[in-house]
Amino acid sequence: MLFGKTIAALSLTTALVMPMIGAIPAAYAETPPNMLVVAAEIDDLISLDPQEMFEFSGSDYANNVYQRLIAYDPKDFSKGYQPAIAESWEISEDGKTFTFKIAEGLKFASGNPVTASDVAFSLRRAVLLKKTPSFILTQFGFTEENASETLMAKDDGTFVLVTDKKYAPSFVLNCMTAAIASIVDSKLVLENEVDGDLGNGWLKTNSAGSGPYQLTSWKPNESLTISANPNFSGDAPAMNRVVVRHIAESASQRLLLEKGDVDIVRNLSPEDVSGVLKSEDVKVMTDQRGRIMYISMNQQDPTLSKPKVIEAIKYLIDYDGMVNSFLKGQYMVHQAYLPLSYLGELKDKPYSLNIEKAKALLAEAGLADGFEVEFIVRTAQERVEIAQSLQNTFGQAGIKASIVQGTGKETLGKYRARDFQIYVGAWGPDYPDPHTNADTFTSNPDNSFEAKLTGKLAWRNAWAADGYTERTAAAAQETDTAKRAEMYVQLQKDFQKEAPFAIMFQKTEQNALRANVEGYSIGAAISAVYYGNVTK
Amino acid sequence: MTSVESTPGERRTKNASPFFRGLKRLGAGLFSMVATMFGLLLVTFLIARVMPIDPVLALVGERASQEVYDAAYKQLGLDQPLVVQFFYYVRDVVTGNFGTSVLTARPVIEDIGRVFPATLELATLATIIGVVLGIPAGVVSAVYEGRWPDQIVRFIGLFGYSMPIFWIGLIGLLVFYGKLGWVGGPGRLDIYYEDIIPSVTGMILIDSLIARDWTIFWNAVSHIILPASILGYYSLAYISRMTRSFMLEQLSQEYITTARVKGLSETKVIWRHALGNVMIPLITVIVLSYANLLEGSVLTEVIFAWPGLGNYITNALLSADMNAVLGGTVVVGLVFVGLNLLSDVLYKLVDPRAR
Repeated sequence: MLFGKTIAALSLTTALVMPMIGAIPAAYAETPPNMLVVAAEIDDLISLDPQEMFEFSGSDYANNVYQRLIAYDPKDFSKGYQPAIAESWEISEDGKTFTFKIAEGLKFASGNPVTASDVAFSLRRAVLLKKTPSFILTQFGFTEENASETLMAKDDGTFVLVTDKKYAPSFVLNCMTAAIASIVDSKLVLENEVDGDLGNGWLKTNSAGSGPYQLTSWKPNESLTISANPNFSGDAPAMNRVVVRHIAESASQRLLLEKGDVDIVRNLSPEDVSGVLKSEDVKVMTDQRGRIMYISMNQQDPTLSKPKVIEAIKYLIDYDGMVNSFLKGQYMVHQAYLPLSYLGELKDKPYSLNIEKAKALLAEAGLADGFEVEFIVRTAQERVEIAQSLQNTFGQAGIKASIVQGTGKETLGKYRARDFQIYVGAWGPDYPDPHTNADTFTSNPDNSFEAKLTGKLAWRNAWAADGYTERTAAAAQETDTAKRAEMYVQLQKDFQKEAPFAIMFQKTEQNALRANVEGYSIGAAISAVYYGNVTK
Repeated sequence: MTSVESTPGERRTKNASPFFRGLKRLGAGLFSMVATMFGLLLVTFLIARVMPIDPVLALVGERASQEVYDAAYKQLGLDQPLVVQFFYYVRDVVTGNFGTSVLTARPVIEDIGRVFPATLELATLATIIGVVLGIPAGVVSAVYEGRWPDQIVRFIGLFGYSMPIFWIGLIGLLVFYGKLGWVGGPGRLDIYYEDIIPSVTGMILIDSLIARDWTIFWNAVSHIILPASILGYYSLAYISRMTRSFMLEQLSQEYITTARVKGLSETKVIWRHALGNVMIPLITVIVLSYANLLEGSVLTEVIFAWPGLGNYITNALLSADMNAVLGGTVVVGLVFVGLNLLSDVLYKLVDPRAR
């Protein structure tokens, strides 16, 4: 038969070819000197349009491709917002009108000049597109109808913003540093408008910014490449090209880094972090992030709404035990809802694992024999491990907890429908101002089910937040920044004691870098990645 | 019992119009294909709708206000009755429109055009490895039944069968990439070589040959060889086991004894007569294993950062990106139907009786 012969021939060929593979030139020992290669999980990226994106990878991208009116200095975040596209600004006496003077000589990557009308176009675009992050701007009263008057270019060099009420200036300005307030090239975007979409379809996969980089290519779930913007007004970045490759597996990231095929890896597991530390060619940097890990108790539940039970549960969490074992390097103990480094941060950590105290509290609540409860948890390793630790410590006080796992979308669906008992959750701030978390944790204007305030965690947990809602609103309007900070501290202290939320941890992120990489910042808790200052 | 026989008249009609008969067969084949695809669409569509995942949340994210949510709900057509949604869906698919993926913001057909070649390249190479090594191994194993060559082949097969693929993948990377540096790391190419050659087929091995860029070709080979060998190992394990058992059955047949008695050389007896007779069931085995690989193998793709179909569909599924899931499923369905046709053709090539 012909087939047998073919097989024999093929086998022979394979036998001959196989050894040749060993002779294939091995990969370079290091990446090219002006190119930065990053291995990270970037499958959250679903749009590159800054007025639409709301994902971490998106913020990382927008931070390098777009500029905003004002921005943080990646070398020193404690300085707060600094001039960027706006070289200076003034606030009217009634606190409602902000006048920004646009810096001269700035250009977009296309070569078009950056003018006040680009600023007005971009911010209006955020309002008109009505995408997920639009609330960051519309909370100041900008609407489709009034946008042409409230977000207005007075002339090429002057942009005026008018809010509906008086707000804390720090609140308004902090929001102007968020990704959604990125300034896009209005001419270029409008050239690519289709059916009045304000260029949304096009900008999802293209860039039109004035930042140090511009988009070269985006292959979803595969790689994102940006390269230096020749028209950038600041110093040209040393890294001419930055490639972020999607590598989901921690062990694969580690191998690539150790071999020198990538310069930075962002998602190493704690085991792999301690593994790479052994190599002299690699260093690890740890930075705080904004994400908060908490558990919350549905207040529709007759047992979980008892104040003593709520308090007992806060003593049934092995905060230190978790942080020192499976969360090592990934989280730190933190018990207030504002991440550290935010205005109004609270460092108090009044709770620790105390079984006896919890038992006593349960007895006071008439539940000395414990009760049964169900956690819903997203199927993600760290969350499941947290739930298991909780199951264990709860059990020591007689609370029998069962764990129900689901995909993120599944558990979130239940959470938003108030269909759960205890939720193991995480919350990341939406913009770098304390109001972002205060508004979700301590504000619930209407606790009725029909109100469907699904964006607010207080509502999801059916917690009325009596008194807190008003105090949260007042803090958002306080013009004296020091006083404002103090208001958040007090809010968090009371919340810590009373609210049906046990805040447990704040995220820390460990990035591993080749030893020669300098100037890299992941943006701490309040911003995103900066590649512009990287050298190697 | 009376046997049902066709009347002479009927037989004549059949014999008289082979063209009509062929047409009827073709029609039946087409009908069964269309029915299969329709069933597939219906089932996946229904699964998608009963899944406890909210596709709107996938689109707008956790923080969206109710207004944004409602707008997206409408935009996805979820306010329509199920039957209407299904009707629209089938209509779109028939006209080649799979909709836009939520996750990538691109048309699903474009996404699949990007991920499928990656899988095709990998699966084809893996299958070639599996066939080229698996069949001879199976034959040898059968011929030396119970003796050491058989034991070795069976051990290798069993090992390949029972080891978790992500483990083999990781160990393979660690040894051949990490320690020895013989092969490329995760990804289809070294990062600096990306986007250099024009994409014609989407398969880098072929595209680089078209562009006559040998550096890129060898770089691509160094990246594909490990995942392909690992998938090929699985395929080899399966193919060699099946070949062995088919061969054992043939070797115990009388015609083999006859052939030997006639003085045919052992090589001819085994490689021509016995192997020739197991080709038909073997083709089925090979084609099925090829089809399974073409669905994409998620774990291998994750470990080797291989942007293939399996990963694409899985990601889409986990995020309730239904357009992408359904599009991917249709492609997998088409692959199976297509390979079925291919195996029919191959049967006819190897077995004259099937013509």
